Amino acid sequence: MLAFTIRRALQAIGVLLAVGIIAFAMFRFAGDPVNQIVSLDTPAAEREQVRRSLGLDDPVPVQFVRYLAQSIQGDFGVSYQFRQPVSDLLAERMPATLELAICATIFSTVFGVLMGVYSGLRRDSFLTKVFQTVSLVGISLPTFLIGILLIYLFAVTLGWLPSYGRGDTVQIGWWSTGLLTVSGLKALIMPSITLGLFQMTLIMRIVRAEMMEVLRTDYIKFARARGLTTRAIHFGHALKNTLVPVITIVGLQFGSVIAFAIITETVFQWPGMGLLFVQAVQNVDIPIMAAYLMLVALIFVAINLAVDILYTVVDPRLRTTIRQPT
Amino acid sequence: MTDALQAAPTASGPTTWAGRFLDSDVWASFKRSKLTMAAAFLTLLFLAVAILAGVLAPQNPFDPAQLDLLNSRLPPIWDAEGQTPFLLGSDEQGRDIFSAILYGLRISLLVGFLGVAFSATLGIALGLVAGYLGGTVDAIIMRVADVQLTFPAILIALLVDGVVKAVLGGQLDPATTLSVLVFSIGLSFWVQYARTVRGSVMVEKNKDYIAAARLIGLPAPVIMFRHILPNVMGPVLVIATINLALAIITEATLSFLGTGMPETMPSLGTLIRIGNNYLFSGEWWIVAFPGIALALLVLAINLLGDWLRDALNPKLR
Amino acid sequence: MSVVQPVLSVRDLRVEFVTRRGALKAIDGISFDIAKGEVLGVVGESGAGKSVTGSAVIGLIDPPGRIAGGEILLSGMRIDNLPPEEMRRIRGKRIGMIFQDPLTSLNPLYRVSEQLVETIRTHTNLSSSAARKRAIDLLADVGIPAPERRIDSYPHEFSGGMRQRVVIALALCVEPELIIADEPTTALDVSVQAQIIALLKRLGREHGTAIMLVTHDMGVIAETADRVAVMYAGRIAEIGPVRDVVQNPLHPYAKGLMGAIPSLESAADRLVQIPGSMPRLSAIPPGCPFNPRCPYVFDRCRVERPEPIQQSEHRVACHLYDQSSVRSEAVA
Repeated sequence: MLAFTIRRALQAIGVLLAVGIIAFAMFRFAGDPVNQIVSLDTPAAEREQVRRSLGLDDPVPVQFVRYLAQSIQGDFGVSYQFRQPVSDLLAERMPATLELAICATIFSTVFGVLMGVYSGLRRDSFLTKVFQTVSLVGISLPTFLIGILLIYLFAVTLGWLPSYGRGDTVQIGWWSTGLLTVSGLKALIMPSITLGLFQMTLIMRIVRAEMMEVLRTDYIKFARARGLTTRAIHFGHALKNTLVPVITIVGLQFGSVIAFAIITETVFQWPGMGLLFVQAVQNVDIPIMAAYLMLVALIFVAINLAVDILYTVVDPRLRTTIRQPT
Repeated sequence: MTDALQAAPTASGPTTWAGRFLDSDVWASFKRSKLTMAAAFLTLLFLAVAILAGVLAPQNPFDPAQLDLLNSRLPPIWDAEGQTPFLLGSDEQGRDIFSAILYGLRISLLVGFLGVAFSATLGIALGLVAGYLGGTVDAIIMRVADVQLTFPAILIALLVDGVVKAVLGGQLDPATTLSVLVFSIGLSFWVQYARTVRGSVMVEKNKDYIAAARLIGLPAPVIMFRHILPNVMGPVLVIATINLALAIITEATLSFLGTGMPETMPSLGTLIRIGNNYLFSGEWWIVAFPGIALALLVLAINLLGDWLRDALNPKLR
Repeated sequence: MSVVQPVLSVRDLRVEFVTRRGALKAIDGISFDIAKGEVLGVVGESGAGKSVTGSAVIGLIDPPGRIAGGEILLSGMRIDNLPPEEMRRIRGKRIGMIFQDPLTSLNPLYRVSEQLVETIRTHTNLSSSAARKRAIDLLADVGIPAPERRIDSYPHEFSGGMRQRVVIALALCVEPELIIADEPTTALDVSVQAQIIALLKRLGREHGTAIMLVTHDMGVIAETADRVAVMYAGRIAEIGPVRDVVQNPLHPYAKGLMGAIPSLESAADRLVQIPGSMPRLSAIPPGCPFNPRCPYVFDRCRVERPEPIQQSEHRVACHLYDQSSVRSEAVA
């Protein structure tokens, strides 16, 4: 268990280092850090002085270590477009993205598991066929089209839900939340569905396949032979075994959800990190791009570790080394 | 006895390539599924109209001289205010939506095919090298693949797109933009090919015929391409088909986000981006028809990919 | 025939699997009884219908399979046509079942205690603490050392043999009248097999449980069973007391099967092998299903299905023993 955790932690550090190298390369070579400080019409001599003061004539490894050290302290440089520290910009926008990603994950998990269990238990029912069609469409349609379709239906035609933005937000410390106001909650609905739909179909397919697989196992047959009730077998024995891979998927996909939020945030003009990132790409604002990459990598790695730990909680087989068998 | 003799010629089967194909299980499973046939028909139809866009379209939407602002924002032809030849209406620049879809399809398919070709070539090459050489080279390539797999393709594509533009600097002409798109899509989808090919190479390279090829002194590249590559083409084909749909979606998404094809040379994604701005003022057709075209195209290719996967690998079902 | 009612009585049971090409007969009219405390061995090649018979008795034939005819009586009560919910109450309570592979029979995510208590409480009104106490007693009964401590372990923390003991405890936990053991030792080490068989035998004796022991291992049957039923292609070829059938088989297939047991006493130079293999369900020949492989085959075997004939304590389905048959003396 300990060895396992250490190995995982080392892998995580490896991934972060690799991403750090890419981010640094982007920051240093694709963009010119001098541009963060000076304007385009600054004379060359002055630029050279800034260059030296930024340490850009030091050996590259030294610069890399310095960049990493600064990044760890949350200093990602200054945005070309906004002339503000990147860390401030990201911190300001992070709550919006995290709230959206969490709502989308809850939506996709709840509905994905429900639909998956149902269609795994009733393989030939009409509703199962409906779910499967929805899942095929959900996987085929580009996210932004789904978003546009929802906006057209519920905002333009029916006028029930706001088409863009977060609605009213409440400030709690540095965290701005849309979860405490009616307009904020209403604004969350369509973006969450748009963002969660793909994950939902993914979870549904996995739960369904897993459920069908588990129902064929010997221990389910044995549970039936012991006369347990259908409910105990399906929702006690089968579901618990099905949920092991679901936890992995939900966890591992959370990073993807945050990254996919780029598209959803653009469709709904959601003031989160994704929208900031798209604007950065459009305007070639390298410091924001590099910082966003590192941040997403960090979230990915943190979640992977959390999933590994959660795994051992659910599946006792992975705990063997802790409790000594007698 | 006589039965067996008579049956012999048919049992040996057709000898031509086409004949063997028509006799194969793949073709049989294709004929069984109506949905697959519909998908194949739709894909071919899209391909045909994209290729023939210059002939079929009443207007060249990429040519500003042919656009007239007086014809802007016309509704589809069945609407009372519709005008010929604007079958599906027009956008704010007087661009005929139908023509724009045909030309946009062409760009979407072109970027899709080139992107897939690029990522497949890159992935196969890296997979062959990693699997055949092993050791440090293998470790490095597969570590990079692992790290990249951590991130969704769309994020990689956006990053590559942004970085390439930063390096090239300034405003890019449409042809360069298209190349950048192909490059960024190619870079975001190579991992799956590399992993598959590497896995097959690992299995194949220990077999006797490879050892024999080595013994007679064939150079490594020859062994890899002549002997190993043909064995991995099946799975690669499946990945390529599914990735074609993904590549088209990625292109459309990048264009929708405003980092892909410019409005002067719109792809389907760009058209949807334009139309999205007019959703609230009631010009629904600008976004609707390109959206439907994109959805149908992707759906058809996905269905083909699913079928191909099942047909080539019955064990997966 | 006797005043004591058999625990299990199967009458002309038929099970078929409905496929696109019609119904395949997996079980084609079998009848047998098991008395209280008796061990009936059911033996045959794989595909002969042994396991399907077990599943039919406990009511776990999955679609597309179905019971197509006959009756199953548990202590005189008909159970093959019960509604699913009533049949569920019988499973685990009055009929216990043990499967082949102890490694996969237990849910890996639940402690042994949870699985035992769940089963006990499904069928009784015991409180959870009482059920737990009962579970500990059961584990002790099946020979698990230090059960108070081991009960909260997970299945993967037990060895294969110990796991099969847990499985037996689960099958026995509400004292069923009948236990169906489907190849209970096949997946175990040879050294453990004997222990498990001895355990089954002891428990059957102590609790008066009837046991239906399904196996393809004649050695296990010879050691454990009181009576044995030899199955072939969904039918019972021969059924009788185990000593008689082993030492003096009547049915040509049983003769072949018994010839396949290596025996020190008879010191035979070679093992008899039956040429050919059992037909698939879709290609069962007309008449006697064994006729293509039978060394004593004659015309009648190819057209007429042999019905079971009582021969002293055996019942054998073979035309050779039919009085009206011409060639019966030739072999008997």
